Amino acid sequence: MKNIIKVDYLARVEGEGGLFIKMKDHAVSDVKLRIFEPPRFFEAFLRNRSFREVPDITARICGICPVAYQMSSVHAMEDACGVKVEGPLRELRRLLYCGEWIESHVLHFSMLHAPDFLGYPDAIAMAKDHPDVVKKMLQLKKIGNDIVTFVGGREIHPINICVGGFYRVPTRREMTRRLSESLKEARELAIEAAHWTASLPCPDFEQAYEYVSLQHPDEYPYNEGRLVSNQGLDIPISAFYDHITEEHMAHSTSLHSVLKARGSYHVGPLARYNLNFEKLTPLTQEVAHAIGLGATCHNPFKSIVVRSLETLYACDEALRIIDAYEMPERPAVEVQPRAGVGHGCTEAPRGVLYHRYKIDEQGTILDARIAPPTAQNQRTIEKDLHDFVTPRMDTPHEKLTWECEQVIRNYDPCISCSTHFLTLHIEHEETGSEV
Amino acid sequence: MEMNTNQQLMIIGVGNAFRGDDAVGLIVAQHIREHAPNLAVYESSGEGAALMSLWQQAETVLLIDAVSSKSEPGTIHCLDASNQPLPTSWRCFSTHAFGVAEAIELARTLGQLPRQLTVYGIEGGQFALQPGLSPAVEQAVPLVVQRILHDVTSQGTAA
Repeated sequence: MKNIIKVDYLARVEGEGGLFIKMKDHAVSDVKLRIFEPPRFFEAFLRNRSFREVPDITARICGICPVAYQMSSVHAMEDACGVKVEGPLRELRRLLYCGEWIESHVLHFSMLHAPDFLGYPDAIAMAKDHPDVVKKMLQLKKIGNDIVTFVGGREIHPINICVGGFYRVPTRREMTRRLSESLKEARELAIEAAHWTASLPCPDFEQAYEYVSLQHPDEYPYNEGRLVSNQGLDIPISAFYDHITEEHMAHSTSLHSVLKARGSYHVGPLARYNLNFEKLTPLTQEVAHAIGLGATCHNPFKSIVVRSLETLYACDEALRIIDAYEMPERPAVEVQPRAGVGHGCTEAPRGVLYHRYKIDEQGTILDARIAPPTAQNQRTIEKDLHDFVTPRMDTPHEKLTWECEQVIRNYDPCISCSTHFLTLHIEHEETGSEV
Repeated sequence: MEMNTNQQLMIIGVGNAFRGDDAVGLIVAQHIREHAPNLAVYESSGEGAALMSLWQQAETVLLIDAVSSKSEPGTIHCLDASNQPLPTSWRCFSTHAFGVAEAIELARTLGQLPRQLTVYGIEGGQFALQPGLSPAVEQAVPLVVQRILHDVTSQGTAA
């Protein structure tokens, strides 16, 4: 019997990335997960740059969610400079985020996660048997990309974003002509996607998480709100590091974020959904009920369904913004630098993304701290793996390895700025043998 | 930004400017743009689904990316991806990403490859999180640029 399962992927980066599970005397004795490297390099790189450069630099931290980095960074700089962006510019930013949620969520749930549930090694194998659904999902993703290109100015690393707003804003006619019809198509595809993901066979597994997300009195959270949890957290975003600390883990270079009061916590679609369900559009709530999801959900495997519902929300919200759009008088609010600290916290597709910057009176960045969602979920993922594997230790190794990967993929972990491969080791201590 | 749907030729440089030799595809694209400003040249982070939608706009696509396949750093591999699958040693079987190789194979499965897709893979030596190419890869850049410009003009498909 094989006691170490090693799944070798082509490494573009040596040495980083791995999952190690140790089982001893029919118990899981250790779980170590190394899948994410925090963007420490960027924090150092940002020092001594101008505050106006943040959207362009931070967009390069993540190839899949550049908008999230841009939004957290510009909100933090505006906070530092005492500026608030409201009205049509605020709506345009929400529209941009709708685009990113659509493209990021659809990529994940259809190309990366769905194959797990259907027993395929990857989307390519799945596409051989299910070409139509794959084509539809690629089309849905493309519409998300189109929003980002149209509002953000370029398909990847949007170049139209600045502190205070945008370099150029579309006219109402451009907006309607370019996006109305395709968003209506996207909404229909998203409804199909919700039914499809809900039909996928799903392991029975529930956890008692502390969910953390933004919360806003009027809307499902994107760019603004307070940080709340289902266990009593309710703080302004400026208090982030008063309540959350980063613990250095000996087994990896990464830091695990934990709540000082209670330890591990869960950010992302499941957290947002459980904390903000009533802010979803009526259509989204209706579809949720139709596919068998209530206002709360504690099975992390169902995150695939929640991502499709958030995609539907994003289509609905985008259409609302497009229909009501009025061209802003100016493309950006003027922002003059002043010395101080600014905080920005937005809901990236994967969860809470917090930025904090200290700038001087010229707007030169003196210090930068970035807390990405994947880093905040690492402790929770390890706990899920521990609890998931414990009753399943007699499962054949290959199947168990696969299921562990599926557990990790519940969190849609973003590694695009770090490692590109994952090696899994499962070691049985009692036999002492390794393969 | 409206796409020109009548493009015959498209050049796509893929990479990450902050990850060592992973930037080479972007740098090659930038050089090509300087030498031949009439060509349609794009830079991409390598997100697979976006690539699949981008290259549907053209009949002939030349794609440049760093690869890691245990060859000597700076080695230039040239592959006709329209007629043969990428070597499995090139494929990044990451559980978390949908990259260039996956995009090519998925497009092949769905019948969505451009009529001609050529991949220029430049062997990278290091991909650490820091900007800058390693010397062997830096030396390969002008060679790849020349090769691509030559291939473009000899095909007679320059815009």
